[in-house]
Amino acid sequence: MSDIRKAYVRPLDIKHGRVDMAHGAGGRAMAQLIEELFAKYLGNEYLAQGDDGALLPPPGEGRLVMATDAHVVSPLFFPGGDIGSLSVHGTINDVAVMGAKPLYLSAAFIVEEGFKLADLARIVQSMAAASLAAGVPVVTGDTKVVERGKGDGVFITTTGIGLVAPGRELSGRCARPGDAILVSGTLGDHGMAIMAERESLGFESPIVSDTAALHGLIEAMQDSGAEIHVLRDPTRGGLATTLNEIARQSGVGMMLEEKCLPVNRAVSAACEFLGLDPLYVANEGKLVAICAERDAGKLLAAMCAHPLGEAAAIIGRVHQDEHHFVQMSTIFGGKRIVDWLSGEQLPRIC
Amino acid sequence: MKYIDEFRDGELARGLAQAIHREADPARSYHFMEFCGGHTHAISRYGVSDLLPVNVRMVHGPGCPVCVLPIGRIDQAIGLVLEQGVTLCTYGDCLRVPASDGLSLLRAKARGGDVRMVYSSADAVTLAQKNPDKQVVFFAIGFETTTPPTAVAIRQAAALGLKNFSVLCCHVLTPPAITSILESPEVRQWGTVQIDGFIGPAHVSTIIGSRPYEFFAEKYRKPVVIAGFEPLDVMQAIRMLVRQVNENRGEVENEFSRAVSRDGNKKAQQLVADVFAMRESFEWRGLGELPDSALRIKSQFTEFDAETRYSLDYRSVPDHPACECGAVLRGVKRPQECKIFGTVCTPENPVGSCMVSSEGACAAHYTYGRYKDV
Repeated sequence: MSDIRKAYVRPLDIKHGRVDMAHGAGGRAMAQLIEELFAKYLGNEYLAQGDDGALLPPPGEGRLVMATDAHVVSPLFFPGGDIGSLSVHGTINDVAVMGAKPLYLSAAFIVEEGFKLADLARIVQSMAAASLAAGVPVVTGDTKVVERGKGDGVFITTTGIGLVAPGRELSGRCARPGDAILVSGTLGDHGMAIMAERESLGFESPIVSDTAALHGLIEAMQDSGAEIHVLRDPTRGGLATTLNEIARQSGVGMMLEEKCLPVNRAVSAACEFLGLDPLYVANEGKLVAICAERDAGKLLAAMCAHPLGEAAAIIGRVHQDEHHFVQMSTIFGGKRIVDWLSGEQLPRIC
Repeated sequence: MKYIDEFRDGELARGLAQAIHREADPARSYHFMEFCGGHTHAISRYGVSDLLPVNVRMVHGPGCPVCVLPIGRIDQAIGLVLEQGVTLCTYGDCLRVPASDGLSLLRAKARGGDVRMVYSSADAVTLAQKNPDKQVVFFAIGFETTTPPTAVAIRQAAALGLKNFSVLCCHVLTPPAITSILESPEVRQWGTVQIDGFIGPAHVSTIIGSRPYEFFAEKYRKPVVIAGFEPLDVMQAIRMLVRQVNENRGEVENEFSRAVSRDGNKKAQQLVADVFAMRESFEWRGLGELPDSALRIKSQFTEFDAETRYSLDYRSVPDHPACECGAVLRGVKRPQECKIFGTVCTPENPVGSCMVSSEGACAAHYTYGRYKDV
């Protein structure tokens, strides 16, 4: 019998403990953090390989899509979600709007020394729940710890890989004059939820972030058989900025109908109160679709039939315009430009 | 939504537009100045000018607090941040206004200056309370609407005995600005700028009331219609102005009677009178030095006056030579008549202050209306 005694490893004190520099130093403390926190909640066969990278099976026929997104949202917890679920949804959506089926995620954490392990656990659990619900596992990850004051709690970068079926072509370059423009639901919920939480505005009816993974909705939209040309998720800069990007990429103009824009009443009131425009406020669970005019009704019906697209609406048309202006016909009957967001409406929204 | 949609009803707007078309005499031309940036913004955002007859023209006025702030005042604020190391609190719009040496408060922040965006003067007081080791300066700008809250902040700081709070007071007054426009050579001597009436301020008037404008109506025979900031308010006010011109009247009328009375908010006026006194003269961007046009902090509150505390001198700095903000603010030029509008000067890289705030005439035209220029 060996004389080497087996050391007793005291479990992480998730309840009262805090992250210290050793947790990012590559030694036992880090191994323990990974094992008792990340692996415990996010665990799957690829993560369990325990190597420097995940070995993945060949994904099948088609092309690969890869997207990455850094999340620095403040506050970390907000009505409707937190940085954990947000970092899963954000990247899945970036992959999915390319027309791809999201397959795998990676996650890199930059944690500030002194961050509560309880909060980190809550975030990781929320990531795990989001990843499980979406059916997209986190297959590899990394953790770094920075000195107190050099970070702000935790930053999370996620990367996603997805597979686009052969023959499928979605791009911001594909909008054509005559196409219809649709959104999948109300605008500005995420940004206003963050804003209300950050400024402790305490609105009577709480505004909840719309953070959600959209690949299910997108699948339903593609199954409808509608000829979709562009999909994009209007996150930072809101719908206005996203449409301007597409107009520039595709070399077209757009005309929106103000009366058709879906905006939640509480968001509209909060925007009014703060002097913000819901068109420029971030979304995390909405998409813009541009499709052939003849298929607009079919696509709208498919969207409305999905729980994440219940409030979907046709909001405008694409037309020829060498200046690539996005314009709007106002409820007043006048016209105006819907310009790029200038400067920053709200920092650190996602 | 209740209390909002009623004021943006498209049907009513079309009805009002028809009434204006009916009542405006085709043989005449009507030039009305909307004094406030809030009106400028509403007109551009809702496309109100599209609904007006061609002979009814809106001229943008100087009522945008950020726009009329001269470079020298921003320089003072930046100096406080970078040289004195204070924590400067200000309203968001101020951050991007271009100042000397290619700086702005936003750029001063990027250089390590402690600049905070606040929503109210009370936030600045709270910040000072929570950070006794920091000197907090509130950069107070704006017309009569934002003056009472600054007065409250100063009184609150005095009551709390705060030693680390002061105010860089740049509050300005509306009536002297209107006088300056009516007395400008373009309007009085040369007649190059036609102004047949004013849409009077909304929020400012809730404080000062409608009485101060009676002087303009009497002395200059110019109609003034005080109007709210909702697009229907603006349309209704335009109709009332057309009527006054047609009937050769020059009176003060109040379209915004749901919030404005003749005497205004006396309590707020008293607060302001308790804390502030008239400056002999103040430099405005575009309008130059105007006598009795701005406020300073009274001597009994001098310990909260950043100008005294930090012995600040005022140095006037000329605008960029190509920038026409001055002429735009006086109604002499339209934004698109400025050579650098939309090319060198854009909301991303503003050269002049009118391109900064969403209430600025240049920013409003660039953001909402420039499709008309092509």
